[in-house]
This record gives sequence, C-alpha cells and structure tokens, in this order.
Amino acid sequence: MEQNEILANVQDIFRDVLDDDGIVLTPETTANDVDDWDSLSHIQLIVAIEKKFKIKFTSKEILSWSNVAEMIECIANK
Amino acid sequence: MLTFNDLKRNLKKDSSTLPSLKTALLGDVATQFLAISLKGMGYERNYHIELFEAEFNQIERQVLDPTSDLHQFGADYTIVFQSTHKLLEKHSTMPPAEQIAMADDRLDFVRTLCNTIKGRIVYYNYPEIEDTIFGSYANKVASSFTYQLRKLNFELMKLAQENSDFFICDIAGLQNKFGRDIMFNSHVYISTEMVLSLDILPYIASRTLDVMCAVEGKIKKCLVLDLDNTLWGGIVGDDGWENIQVGHGLGIGKAFTEFQHWIKKLKNRGIIITVCSKNDEDKARSPFEKNPEMVIKIEDIAVFVSNWDNKADNIRLIQGILNIGFDSMVFLDDNPFERSMVREHVPGITIPELPEDPGEYLEYLYTLNLFETASYTDADAERTLQYQVESQRSTLLKSFTNEADFLKSLGMVSEVKGFDSFNTVRVAQLSQRSNQFNLRTIRYTEAELEALEKDEQYATFSFTLADKFGDNGLICVIILKKLDAETLFIDTWFMSCRVLKRGMEDFTLSTIVAYAKKNGFRRIVGQYLPTAKNSMVQDHYPKLGFSKLEGAEGFQFELDIEAYQTKEFYITDK
Repeated sequence: MEQNEILANVQDIFRDVLDDDGIVLTPETTANDVDDWDSLSHIQLIVAIEKKFKIKFTSKEILSWSNVAEMIECIANK
Repeated sequence: MLTFNDLKRNLKKDSSTLPSLKTALLGDVATQFLAISLKGMGYERNYHIELFEAEFNQIERQVLDPTSDLHQFGADYTIVFQSTHKLLEKHSTMPPAEQIAMADDRLDFVRTLCNTIKGRIVYYNYPEIEDTIFGSYANKVASSFTYQLRKLNFELMKLAQENSDFFICDIAGLQNKFGRDIMFNSHVYISTEMVLSLDILPYIASRTLDVMCAVEGKIKKCLVLDLDNTLWGGIVGDDGWENIQVGHGLGIGKAFTEFQHWIKKLKNRGIIITVCSKNDEDKARSPFEKNPEMVIKIEDIAVFVSNWDNKADNIRLIQGILNIGFDSMVFLDDNPFERSMVREHVPGITIPELPEDPGEYLEYLYTLNLFETASYTDADAERTLQYQVESQRSTLLKSFTNEADFLKSLGMVSEVKGFDSFNTVRVAQLSQRSNQFNLRTIRYTEAELEALEKDEQYATFSFTLADKFGDNGLICVIILKKLDAETLFIDTWFMSCRVLKRGMEDFTLSTIVAYAKKNGFRRIVGQYLPTAKNSMVQDHYPKLGFSKLEGAEGFQFELDIEAYQTKEFYITDK
C-alpha cells in the first residue's frame, strides 16, 4: 500500500477514535498537535490500526514513534 | 455488540435526565477504560452511572478505612475487580509454603468486603491464566496457581449464596466464551496497566449492567417463540407434523432439539414461554401433541397464539393476557422481515438477530445473556401453571353475568403475616419485579427486609391468595411506617398483577385499617410516586376512599379511620 493511502486510512481511524472529523494528519503531525491524542487514546488508535491493516506491532514499536511519519513507515514495513 | 468507541461516544450524550445509580469502582489494576465502558453501557440501559473511581490499587485501604472516600460516597453498587493478573503476581512472590492458602486468604478479604461495604457488591470472578508451571499435573497440586484459582472461583459462589447483597459478575464465563486471546491484549496492558482488551470491555460492561439492572427489577420474564424454522426445522403446514426436523441423529434436527432443551430449562426456571406463529392453529399444535421428538410440550406453553394476523398485534394480545411490560419480553423468530416488523411496532421488546444457520442459534443466544436475574425461588418454576390457571379463570368469568357471584364462586382465601424466614426471599423478589402495581417502587433486599421486620417503627404484612383453581402464593406486600402516635404512612404497597380485579385491594386495606384501629392510630397516609410503569395505580388511593392531601409533597392521600366504610370483598383470612 502507498504511504499516501496509509496516511488517509490512518486519518480516518484518528477521526473515528477521537470522534473529531476535523483532524488532518500530515507526516509531521505529533501527539502535541492533536487534541485528545493522549496515552490512553494512543492505545485505542494502535488497536484500531492493527485491526484495519491486519498487522501486529511490537510493544517497543508503539512506544517509539515521535510523529505520524514514523508510524506510517512502521505500518508500510509490516 | 457495541464497540468500546461507541460506548465512549455515549459519554458525550446527556444522561442527566436518566435515573441515577451511585456506583463505585475498585480495581487492583488501572480501570479508566472499564469506567468509560460502564458509563457508556449504563446510558444504553437508560441509567446515569454516577461513578466514583478509586485510585487503582487502593482496594484494601478504601475498604478498611471507615473514613475513606469510598465510604463517604455511599454507593448503591460497588464493583470490585481484583484481577487474575495481580493474583498471579502475588502467588509468584509468595513463599511456596503459603501458596496453598492463597484462595482462603483472598476469600477472607472478600468476606471483609461483604461485612464492610453497604449496598450491593458486584464482584468479578477470576478468568483463568494457565501458567503451565506444572502443566495438567497442576490439578494434582493443591498449591498450584490453577488449583488455587479454581478453588477461589468455586468458593466465591458459596459466598454469594450466603450473602444476598453480594453478586458475582461471571467474567470467567466470558473468557470461556471468547478465549483468553480476546480477553487480554498485551499492548493495552504494557501501555496502560489495564488487563482487559478493548474488544472484551463492552461485554464486561454489559454483563455488569445485566446484574445491576436485574437488581433494579429490569428482567426478562417471557419468551415469545415463532415455530417454523425457529423451534423446529421445516414448515409444519407444508411438511406435516411427522416430517419437521427435530430430534437426535444426523442432520440439523439435533440443533432444534438442543434449542428446545434450552427453552425448557428457562421455563423450568420460571420464564413464561409463549407461542406466536403464522399458522392454522390445529396444524401449529400438532407437533406438540403428536411428534414424540418434541421436547417442548403443549403444557409448557402459557399462551399459544396461532393465526394469520400480523405478529405485532398477536404479541400485544399475549402481553395483554400476561399483563407484563413489553420490555420484559423476548421475541425469537428466524424471519428478518417479521423481526423488523415487530421491532418497529412494539417498542421495548427485545428481538435478537438470530443467525441464519439454526446450528448457531444457541451459541449466539449465550452471548446475549438475556435472562439475568437477581433472585431465584422454587415458586418461579410454577409460574407457567399459574398463567394457565389464569386463562381458566377468565373462561369461568365469562359464564357469570354478575362479577360478585363470580368472585364468590372462587372461594378465595388469603394468609396474612409479617416477614419471616420462609417468605422474605419471595417478598424481596416481588419487590424487585413489581413495576405496575407498585405505589412507591422502593426496592428492598432480603437484608433490608429483615431489618425492617425487627424495627419497631415499622409494621409489615405479606398476603397470599389461593382459590379453587390453585394457589397464587405470596402476591401482595404492605410496609407501614409509624409517623407519629396517630398516623400510619404506607411506605410500600405492591401487588402482583395476576390478582387484579379480585377485591384484593379492599381486603388489603381492611387489614391495614384493622391494624390501625387496634393500635390506636387515627389516620393512614398513602403516597403515589409516578414511574414510567405504574400509571395503573395513580388513582389507587382515591378509589379506595382516601382524600387528597392538599399542599403535601408529591401525590399524598389521607384516610380518616373513623370515617372509613368497609367495602364488600369475597376473600377470607386464613
């Protein structure tokens, strides 16, 4: 899957989980840029992304990303 | 089932107008997601969950310290989640010699919980973690984690039988259904210290609310069954009673046999079984009467409706005969069209989306846990008979032109007494179940009733009613509060709707008046507190001769004992 397509899918998941249709993700987006993206909603996002892409992250991976680009990269490599 | 995200979204909706349940949540692991799920599921069940969430891992302190936030909060329900995860950790760090006492040690603490916490406790039992330290041999080793954990779950059931306000929420059963890999998600645990996965949380919350709703009196009482391709395979009108699919052997027949066993057990437990079928009545009845493979017999059915009218009307007919709320009825039908038609026209009724394959009916129905209850007595089992007898009475009534003659002919006898060790269970149960003929809808537990019985400020009465057709058992309860030397207040008056229109109200009032006279009271005050269900008794007191107390709070009514004139009734005191 192309990185752009992954980004669009991830954005949909963010909008759904955080219940905010105004969220726009770019590769540079970090947790500080999105309201409600805290440690608790992060785990909801992770579980939803795993389901959507039928992949499994390692515990280390989900704690390592500093922005959306690294998350997308990780999904793309699965 | 709704998702965790659905439940979370419910928190943004306004639940302030819903009835509130004061609920405390104690966990030895983090509980934020569980708290969200409980509140969101509460909204689904039309409750506002007013939640006190203790800091995690503070269970002992919150329970044992009488000045703690928990005790200050005064919860109606205290949900206690002591996780298998933490217990395993405890077991792992114990000296081996102490491991054999792990279950007893935890049970001692649960007993302390029961003795310390006021209100109801909803306690999560322990889904198993098999640590494979011994493999299957753990069954032979009393100190193994597996052995201690199973012992603990078993002993908790015994504890629950002894303590009427202690309820187990069987999340171990949920893990049996879904498996440990669904129950537990390592990401969630590693990142948040929570041991329940996002996928299982809606089920956990649902099972928890099942228990709480049952205690609040929201229970299912009646199952309405379609016949063709629901209770048996095939179409009896086309295939004939001897060719429908039911019975053991190869093929789909055994799925229907097992489904019928399940229904029969519900019936034996006290759920009313009724039939609503689009068929000629004689054809619909023939399998029950002639096919030896049928587990459900005609005498198991309280009301049998089979015609070509639409099912919504027929279900209203059944509801009218049974005199119960639509929200206490479950309708099972294989036909999606009938289901959506009934769902649209009969608000409140529960209609499971049965799977297309009858072989999957049961496992699907197990996930719904439709028939949670907060009490069980032997009398429950006789309910079908009572409803059948009721339809005989209606037939007799038609043969009399005069109602008084009919009532006289019944030869009604009532036994009146206070609450004792024999009837308290039933009084508590009726207190939970009665919605329509219930003037103030205060729910009492067994423990509370026992306390009332000993309290000098209160007088208590229970009434049974028997007639020539049979014994209805305990059907009416009165709790009187002595307000002052002259005034009795009717704290509680509820009655089973089965005995409406028999003069039971007049008999009950005459019992209250006799008590009042004997003890020197001069007036009786009654109150009507409206609920969504009890409009049938809004004029109860005026009809009995009470006059409205102007200016008093709520709907209060007064009866001057001197002026009271006994009405005629045909019930004798046993």
